[in-house]
Amino acid sequence: MTEQDNKHKIEVDKLSGVETTGHEWDGLKELNHPLPRWWLWILYVSIIWSIGYWIVYPSWPIPGGATKGTSGETQFTALKRSQNEIFLRQQVYLNKFEGASFEAIMNDPELYAFAMAGGRAMFKDNCATCHGTGASGGKGYPNLNDDDWLWGGSLEEIHATLLHGIRSGDEDAHVSQMPAFGKEKLLTSIEVNTLTDYVLAMSSRDQEKPAMDTLAGHKLFQTNCASCHASNGQGDREFGAPNLTDGIWLYGGERGDVYETIYNSRAGVMPAWKDRLDENTLRQLAVYVHQLGGGEETREKPILIAVPQENDEKDTTPVDGEEERKPQGTDNE
Amino acid sequence: MNTDTVTNSQESVEYNYDVVKLFVIATCFWGIIGMAVGVFIALQMAFPAFNLEPYLTFGRLRPLHTSAVVFAFGGNALFATSYFVVQRTCRARLWNDKLVSFTFWGYQAFIVIAALGYVLGVTQAKEYAEPEWYADIWLTIVWVSYLLVYMMTIVKRKEPHLYVANWFFLSFIITVAVLHLGNNIQIPVDWRFAKSYSAFSGVQSAMIQWWYGHNAVGFFLTSGFLGMVYYFIPKRAERPVYSYRLSIIHFWSLIFIYIWAGPHHLHYTALPDWAQTLGMTFSIILWMPSWGGMINGMMTLSGAWHKLQKDPVLRFMIVALAFYGMSTFEGPLMSIRSVNALSHYTDWTIGHVHSAALGWVGFITFGALYYLIPVLWKRKEVYSLKLVNVHLWIATIGIVLYITAMWVSGIMQGLMWRAYDDLGFLSYSFVETVVAMHPFYVIRVIGGLCFLAGAIIMVYNFYRTIKGDVRAGEVDKDGNPREAQTTITQTRIAG
Repeated sequence: MTEQDNKHKIEVDKLSGVETTGHEWDGLKELNHPLPRWWLWILYVSIIWSIGYWIVYPSWPIPGGATKGTSGETQFTALKRSQNEIFLRQQVYLNKFEGASFEAIMNDPELYAFAMAGGRAMFKDNCATCHGTGASGGKGYPNLNDDDWLWGGSLEEIHATLLHGIRSGDEDAHVSQMPAFGKEKLLTSIEVNTLTDYVLAMSSRDQEKPAMDTLAGHKLFQTNCASCHASNGQGDREFGAPNLTDGIWLYGGERGDVYETIYNSRAGVMPAWKDRLDENTLRQLAVYVHQLGGGEETREKPILIAVPQENDEKDTTPVDGEEERKPQGTDNE
Repeated sequence: MNTDTVTNSQESVEYNYDVVKLFVIATCFWGIIGMAVGVFIALQMAFPAFNLEPYLTFGRLRPLHTSAVVFAFGGNALFATSYFVVQRTCRARLWNDKLVSFTFWGYQAFIVIAALGYVLGVTQAKEYAEPEWYADIWLTIVWVSYLLVYMMTIVKRKEPHLYVANWFFLSFIITVAVLHLGNNIQIPVDWRFAKSYSAFSGVQSAMIQWWYGHNAVGFFLTSGFLGMVYYFIPKRAERPVYSYRLSIIHFWSLIFIYIWAGPHHLHYTALPDWAQTLGMTFSIILWMPSWGGMINGMMTLSGAWHKLQKDPVLRFMIVALAFYGMSTFEGPLMSIRSVNALSHYTDWTIGHVHSAALGWVGFITFGALYYLIPVLWKRKEVYSLKLVNVHLWIATIGIVLYITAMWVSGIMQGLMWRAYDDLGFLSYSFVETVVAMHPFYVIRVIGGLCFLAGAIIMVYNFYRTIKGDVRAGEVDKDGNPREAQTTITQTRIAG
């Protein structure tokens, strides 16, 4: 078709007064409106804005890298800036918090508030996965709101547990192992059954229950269990052996649960946090967990690992290649 | 060429409508499946108990849903409309019946092969490109056949010029082929196993993936569906296209600029700053080229706006353009690095995607199908325009519920993640954001159910249309009472 033919077909649309292109397909025609002005202007502005942006920020690849931009801004400077903002907020408190003893923290309302805020934030991010957001635990994960402690509930003891964990593989971790009495054939299943009844009787609130030493399992308990759980069943924190008389059950208090515990044993694991969280965070967590409800007074002589005191050398400072201190909560990934 | 034959031909062309009908049916079939899976995974998000291990977990069904709606529903709709439009606007039957038929069955086979992979956990872990190498090779064969059919039909056309809709369809077919090949350069571990590894690694792999991913959005879900706009809107409105000039400018600027925008998916990652900047600025420049299609579609109605009052089919197409305009504004906005810092990885992205997928892709497809089905089965109109209207409203309500829920949820999520207290500690943990989002996840399920219900109404309407029924008391799109459906006894289809 020639140009001439097209011209013949060009019509003027009655409604808009605009010419068509003269082509037609399956009854479809095209008007030839000019480009809307506003459309064109916004397109130009967006192009000009982009050119400006290219000048200011890194943008075009060139041999040996890319244009740097006049501002020197990169995503790394942006990250540094926002981290710094957080760091500055914490700096005021961290100067005092660093190296402060638990006693000093507990007696200074400002430090205590700082520890609680940090502990609460870090608990939700790191501990709540197992212990729950309300720290009420679940099967296999202790409730931290009560005063029933496996490995001790003073600030120093909680701190030590956080540092090294439980059966975590850390050389200073809490370790103990209850035998699997049934599985390892130390006791017959009849004996395990008898013991189960005995253990359940220990925490029974029944006023008319017979004296414990008259029960069938008494001798079995004294021979097999008392060495860790104590002859009265009240447990021993040195072995992380739970108190069996308080009606608080880590793995369930139904008959079947207790039977399974004696038959197969239990051995929960908590990771060591000393290489994942910094010392300040760990002490904040200790304070937070301590105040959840069951915190105990510090004893004369802590049973477990010594806690760094104010005048101690910083031998527990987390191993960190960088000199620079990072804001909390950014180095656990 | 004789001018007479161009506009008012007496010679009849026997179009291949059989394959278009097959693709239309497949569109409806996969659409219902894809949307139903979407509702199911929305339920899983709100109530995790709906995760049925191991095959029907969220991790497997989420990409299944995405691919089912994009490639199975959207893909079949594109095949159907492009095959219809290229024939009508070229006045030529589709080239090579056998190959045409192969593209249908081959594409359905690809969908089934891919779907099985998702459920069985066979994946190369690339968004929109999960199917492994064996499926990729099969799709390549099918796609090259599609391209060949399309090109050859254009070659043997009887019209001197190429209609604008065909540019869009052709750019979609060609670019998708390039994207598919580029992003699937894989080395199988062994020819006997499904597993393969990408030829790229690390950030290069991520960049190739999002070059592919973003242009799947650009060329599959935008360019192809703009092809529908350029045919079905002027047809239904019975008005000429608004501006030929605009169509040229926005076509070329769209396809030139879209291809650069991929890096905005990788802000604040290992991708170098310069690539992020380019991706972001080209996304901003892309705003107007995207809107060109909307303007051309909407302004085609100038002088015919009154038709919207009575014609729910046209309404579907115009609402689709409105959603298209909104999404293509929201997209550049979200590509701005500082906005992206808030929106990235949140539900805002999901809301954005769905305003485009449900509102734009879904609605323009529904509009095209409502036009196409009566034509293909030689009915005057669909069984019930009232039901079309019901579909329109229930689906619109569904979309609004869905996207507002995701906006609120996503922005809230982003703000919660970044919230610090006065002492410099994070205010919220991840799980607290999940708890806060729960009500919005439930609203999303309701929105999705509305949209699915609308689609089911549509399929029912089609079933009755094909059967030849007319709902009692119906009026046609000009407001005149309709009589019982009669088959148009026209042998010459071209007219």
